[in-house]
Amino acid sequence: MATTVRETMYDTEGSQVNEAAGQKTSAVELAGISRHFGKVKAVDSVDLSIPEGEFFGMLGPSGSGKTTCLRLIAGFEQPTAGHLKIFGQTVDGVPPYRRAVNTVFQDYALFPHMNVIDNVAYALTVRGVGRKERHQQAMEMLELVRLEEFARRQPAQLSGGQRQRVALARALVGKPRVLLLDEPLGALDLKLREQMQVELKTLQRELGITFVFVTHDQGEALSMSDRVAVFSEGRVVQVGTPEDIYERPEHRFVADFVGSSNILEPAFCQRIGAPEGLWSLRPEKIQLTDQSVTRENNVLTVSAEVSHMQYQGAVRRCVLSVAGHSLSLSVPSNVESLVVGQTVYARWNLDDMHRMVS
Amino acid sequence: MAQRGVLMNQPADGILGRVSDLFFRKPGLLLLILLGPPLIWIGVVYVGSLVALLVQSFYSIDEFSGRIVREFTLKTYAELLRPSNLDIVLRTVLMAASVTVVSALIAFPIAYYAARFARGWVKGLFFIAVMLPLWSSYLVRVYAWKLILANEGVLNWTVEKVGLTPLVDALLSMPVIGGPSLSFSYIGTFLVFVYLWLPFMILPIQAALERVPASMLEASGDLGARPGQTFRKVIFPLALPGIVAGSIFTFSLTLGDYIAPQIVGSSRLFIGQAVYMHQGTAGNLPMAAAFSMVPIVVMAIYLWIAKRMGAFNAL
Amino acid sequence: MRFKRTRSGASLKLKIGAVAGLLFLHLPLLLIFLYAFTTEEKSYQFPPPDYTLKWFGVVWERQDIWDAFGLSLRIALIATGAAIVLGTLAAAAVARTRFFGREAVSLLIILPIALPGVVTGIALRSAFDIADIPFSFWTIVLGHATFCVVVVYNNAVARLRRTSPSLLEASLDLGANGFQTFRYVLLPNLATALLAGGMLAFALSFDEVIVTTFTAGQQTTLPIWMLSELVRPRQRPVTNVVAVFVVIITFLPILMAYYFTRGGEATAGHGK
Repeated sequence: MATTVRETMYDTEGSQVNEAAGQKTSAVELAGISRHFGKVKAVDSVDLSIPEGEFFGMLGPSGSGKTTCLRLIAGFEQPTAGHLKIFGQTVDGVPPYRRAVNTVFQDYALFPHMNVIDNVAYALTVRGVGRKERHQQAMEMLELVRLEEFARRQPAQLSGGQRQRVALARALVGKPRVLLLDEPLGALDLKLREQMQVELKTLQRELGITFVFVTHDQGEALSMSDRVAVFSEGRVVQVGTPEDIYERPEHRFVADFVGSSNILEPAFCQRIGAPEGLWSLRPEKIQLTDQSVTRENNVLTVSAEVSHMQYQGAVRRCVLSVAGHSLSLSVPSNVESLVVGQTVYARWNLDDMHRMVS
Repeated sequence: MAQRGVLMNQPADGILGRVSDLFFRKPGLLLLILLGPPLIWIGVVYVGSLVALLVQSFYSIDEFSGRIVREFTLKTYAELLRPSNLDIVLRTVLMAASVTVVSALIAFPIAYYAARFARGWVKGLFFIAVMLPLWSSYLVRVYAWKLILANEGVLNWTVEKVGLTPLVDALLSMPVIGGPSLSFSYIGTFLVFVYLWLPFMILPIQAALERVPASMLEASGDLGARPGQTFRKVIFPLALPGIVAGSIFTFSLTLGDYIAPQIVGSSRLFIGQAVYMHQGTAGNLPMAAAFSMVPIVVMAIYLWIAKRMGAFNAL
Repeated sequence: MRFKRTRSGASLKLKIGAVAGLLFLHLPLLLIFLYAFTTEEKSYQFPPPDYTLKWFGVVWERQDIWDAFGLSLRIALIATGAAIVLGTLAAAAVARTRFFGREAVSLLIILPIALPGVVTGIALRSAFDIADIPFSFWTIVLGHATFCVVVVYNNAVARLRRTSPSLLEASLDLGANGFQTFRYVLLPNLATALLAGGMLAFALSFDEVIVTTFTAGQQTTLPIWMLSELVRPRQRPVTNVVAVFVVIITFLPILMAYYFTRGGEATAGHGK
């Protein structure tokens, strides 16, 4: 099993933290951070280390604690246990306005009583920067997000995408070292969202500062992040590069939540003659053949019955019934020969199976 | 990007910044400072006064000297239970109840129209038309009815012109509610109360009706209900919390008013007048205090029932 | 849209009921304006035999009315000021933080208008009696501020509820401390609501008579002056003219209050 070697790389979050901490000072470091609201464990002993200049994604379903985690970093919430460091300095009890961290809010939170340029210049206003100077800097930020001609508009007169960019400019004008983004693209429509994904990524690369963003959209997390932390029920279940998360999920939850995955239970493996253990197998790794080819090296072939077909545009999703278990895979949509009830053979390379911890 | 520390330097921060930090670390302190003044004001001035009122009601008056005896006694309450006083209580509660019912009847069409059909400037007009009398000119509005109901006033003039004088005379000759003239009868008092408190009934009903989506009424019609059925089965039950909320005001305000019946009405007293009379000319503050416990108790019972009917969500 | 419109016609009965109700609310006030110009002195004769402007001149010359007006104005201004401060503080505390007993605080603030006015009046009167506090300008202010707080409080709480909490967080996040956040974000957003609350409180106080009779002693506010004229009419036309002034002075702030909060609702609706 070639793949099993890699599994231990991020065995526990703890070792991963130590490894990162040993190399250089992290931009943001969470050590055993918890935030409990009475009996509700919104965030429960989370360890994370986010190096400087990283585009870090926090992915999870709603209520998984990712937003609370972001709010802890911003300083809107105080941890009930653990320590939070920003550039090596402990920030326990440091109010939001003294942290070199700025936030782009999910609802943008633009001040409705100020026009665009005053919104953007706000961080400079409260620092006592003179009007001319702060408007000049705010204008530079508006140029960065290509909204310079909207400087005198009111927030209510802007479209969702424009408000989002104003919020971005406003958060960046104070030159934060870490930018937090709470579901930054959540309120935008699909086209705009894809465009903003590219823009945010480019912006982050140009500025070279750390971006930490929260999303429930796995596609967004995978396409934008350098690394992703997957949250579930207040805990971080896996941290890794998008490839790690997608190709090598360590837990059922990650395999399920990030893309779709076939989970091969130990009992099932025994039935079909696969190696023992709990595995995840991505649908696109399974191929269909019409004959039960004799066993190639490292390839498994099983007999299956087509139990369900679903047209999805570019592909068709096909659900097979194998020894009483379901196995799903995608086939090109121009394959029209498959019909429900037909017997086929499914084959995949054993290297494409990934062993999970739980 | 400029490299700065985690902690920002704020040139214009100073002492306020440090106080702000303190509040951040101790949010309870900020809460205390925010809540302190209003709580001291309302808590000490108002609740203190209510306690004083309660205490006062357990004092009594020395019948010979007319001085207040500051000793605990139930004597004043025993006097309160005299038949003549119970008459006053009953009269006031009956008046409050009938004012409430009639206000609701008059208020409903206004509220319903404003909530369902009025749009744009018409809606604004309705709102202002209700707000203006609600917030202001209480005394002037009572006075207006003195003008209207006067024997030589506009109402009698109109009644005479259309030839309804016998009807008014018949009304005035009825026992209890009648009297020498409209401005010296319960009918007059009743009209003034309805007029005074009507806006307090309209607003909560309108608020309750605003929350009924039009699609719900369409659904009722779609399911085969005739308009009358839709009204009985859908609109009225949904408006009920608003009506109850409005009735809290009309009921409470009628219970405690002593000016309207003094200016327009017969010489028989209402609770408010009794309170005013006892504290003023009679100088019997304990009796006034004991009397004012009646509306408090009545309102407490009323509020308890209203709460059970979900009226507070419509306020 | 078209579908909706066909269904939105009100029936004639409903229209008549609504319009008749509004006329019932407002015709009596119009009558007051009419009577201010009557030449009849001794009775409330309708229709007035003739019309004159002379009573406005008479009122203008009356020092006792000016004194009562001045007293009412000063009381209303001070009570409103106190109510704005106290109401805002209470609203900020209740809207910003969840704390034990916040329901009780709300109830406590609403109590002075929930209970009949005569109760508030006699309660204050009893307290002044027990504490041996003589009646003065300040005993009147004390009473008025107590029931005015709730007006400002209600307006401020409603506005704070509509204000996104992330607005304040955004301000803190961008480096503004608590005081700066108050000055640059919270206050500008609250201002019109406070102004509206203040206007209503002013109208309420200027015109108040039920509580005032218990706390005024021998002082004469404008409503008390009017009340005594109503009970024992001395110069009816003068009372009529004063009534017109009271209506105007209390209607103006209410119209302004409506204007301020209407704007706020429009922008709140626009946000999302």
